[in-house]
Amino acid sequence: MDGVQLLVSGLANGCVYGLIALGFVLIYKATEAVNFAQGDFMMLGAFVTLGLTNAEYLHLPFWIAAPLAILIMAFFGYLLDLLILRHLFGQSQTAVVILTIALGFVIRFVAGVIWGHEPQTLESPLAFGDVSLGGVVLGMADVAVIVVTVLLTWSLYQFFQRTKLGLAMQAASQNQMAAYFMGIPVKRVQGLIWGLSGATAAVAGILFASKGAIDPNAGLLGIKAFAAAVIGGFGSLPGALAGGLIVGVIEPFAARYLAAGYSQIAPYALLLAVLVFRPHGLFSQVRTKKV
Amino acid sequence: MRIQFKTSYDHDIRLFPDRHSLIVYGALILLALVLPFLINEFYIGEVTNVLIWAIAGLGLMLLTGQTGQASLGHAAFLAIGCYTNTILIEQGLPFLLAFPLAGVITGVVGAIIAIPALRLHGIYLAIATIALSILADDIIVLLEPWTGGVSGKFPDVIRVFGMEIERWTMPVRFYYLVLAVAVMCTLFYRNILRSPLGRAFDAVRDSEVSATAMGVHIARTKATAFGLSCMITGWAGALMGYYAGAFNNETFSLVISITLLMMIVIGGLGSIHGAFFGAVVVAFLPQGLSILKDSVLGSGVAIPGLETGVFGMILILFILFEPMGLYGRWLKIRIWFELFPFARKDMFRRQKSYLKTERLR
Repeated sequence: MDGVQLLVSGLANGCVYGLIALGFVLIYKATEAVNFAQGDFMMLGAFVTLGLTNAEYLHLPFWIAAPLAILIMAFFGYLLDLLILRHLFGQSQTAVVILTIALGFVIRFVAGVIWGHEPQTLESPLAFGDVSLGGVVLGMADVAVIVVTVLLTWSLYQFFQRTKLGLAMQAASQNQMAAYFMGIPVKRVQGLIWGLSGATAAVAGILFASKGAIDPNAGLLGIKAFAAAVIGGFGSLPGALAGGLIVGVIEPFAARYLAAGYSQIAPYALLLAVLVFRPHGLFSQVRTKKV
Repeated sequence: MRIQFKTSYDHDIRLFPDRHSLIVYGALILLALVLPFLINEFYIGEVTNVLIWAIAGLGLMLLTGQTGQASLGHAAFLAIGCYTNTILIEQGLPFLLAFPLAGVITGVVGAIIAIPALRLHGIYLAIATIALSILADDIIVLLEPWTGGVSGKFPDVIRVFGMEIERWTMPVRFYYLVLAVAVMCTLFYRNILRSPLGRAFDAVRDSEVSATAMGVHIARTKATAFGLSCMITGWAGALMGYYAGAFNNETFSLVISITLLMMIVIGGLGSIHGAFFGAVVVAFLPQGLSILKDSVLGSGVAIPGLETGVFGMILILFILFEPMGLYGRWLKIRIWFELFPFARKDMFRRQKSYLKTERLR
């Protein structure tokens, strides 16, 4: 029973990693850039919700505040692309990497100035109550995290496979110039994908904040989500979720069964192993072009 | 306006392109040599800090600026250099042997680590090196018998030819030591650029496909770049250990790696000057900010995260408006004056490249 309990709590944590990893994958899928600030997006989304919901700030009902926060973050992502990232069009990917790292610093700083550096808790209706299932005790928040993550991954996957816009996004990433010639408004599509990843980050943030306290450094969780995205294969949405679950499940088990020093290493050691043996992740998207 | 009139192919690879630059750099060295007589010991310490950062920057610049491989894990190599140097000296090796050896060992470790990483492109290499930087912290704790774990280590006084060098009691001597290493590293870097290997680095950075077509062995070139870069970084790490006076697992964190990468971007990627300019910014920014904060808000007001926040904003502005960094700006101003009134705005316009997927190869 102990193992099952660890497994379930690991799955719930893993879903949060998976959600942040989804944001990475969205951006990568559509622009082949990596948004190193995705963890900080998540933190910002959590704080925006907190600012709208909590009694000492705006004190809106949670079910109004949550969609509002998602909208705000989507707008934030779009604006970011419009004001900053669009000007990098045509520069190397390293420039985008460095830029998003810098952006993460700035977001962390701004959040610290607005909401302070003390850990705070979101007054969320998801945060209370437990569910008991055959001897395994689950927090309501854990259940919500798992359900929302699976739904979101599934719908994003369908979006990329089925809709015109999703296909346009994939096309824009594979060859910008050719996509442009085919009549895809590449720049606007990129703006939309940044907005979408902002919204995903907000969902991740709300769920993360429902599970515990948040502070401006919560964004550093992004590094673990990053490991998740790589393990899953950077271009694959189900892969991101799977990677998140793997990292999430490994953590509690490593902490339980390995010596103290070794347990923190486990996710990163796995990351390196995956990079060495399957450099493009477990759900690889790399294909050799037939000539 | 200077005109370089080239009469032989050797002119292209001269250490100094003309007499003018020989005079300028000679004067610079002279100024560096007499600096301890001009400013007091506190500022000598600060200049030493700048030089150490510049050496580390040169190391990363060789990899990122010349070969085009972004690494976010160079703090790990600083740590390897620092610990190796201290451990070798504890084993009884003289400084003059231990210090170069520390760099070489770091370089070899770097090259070994690079071999699996070489199969990785752009961002994947950055990811692998991030993991390395995070792992370094934990590995140092795990290797406690050698590294001293969380309680850390204290480097011994440096002894060279019976002369003692210590950072706090004899900052001027330490300054000369660091200056000597900095000059040697710069010359080493400059000479690599003049060699076929340096050309190969540039070729790999600009286009791997064309480099292969020209007969450059991509994997070997990248591994060499990684190894040489780590070697210089290892030396910087050893000096950083002496400068700090004490170090443990948290000294060389991921933040240091990121700072290092940002430093060379602000300085200007792909130039030796860039490493030095960036080092000046990184070393003096905290002091400048705290002076500014005290004068605006009054002393005693603490804003946590201010440094990294401002650093991030400066970096964003640089990437947006001056991707060539401080050195690029300096170059533009200089050329504007040299060509006056013929300088044109589009002289530095860069070719835009449009994204094509790396997932289909």
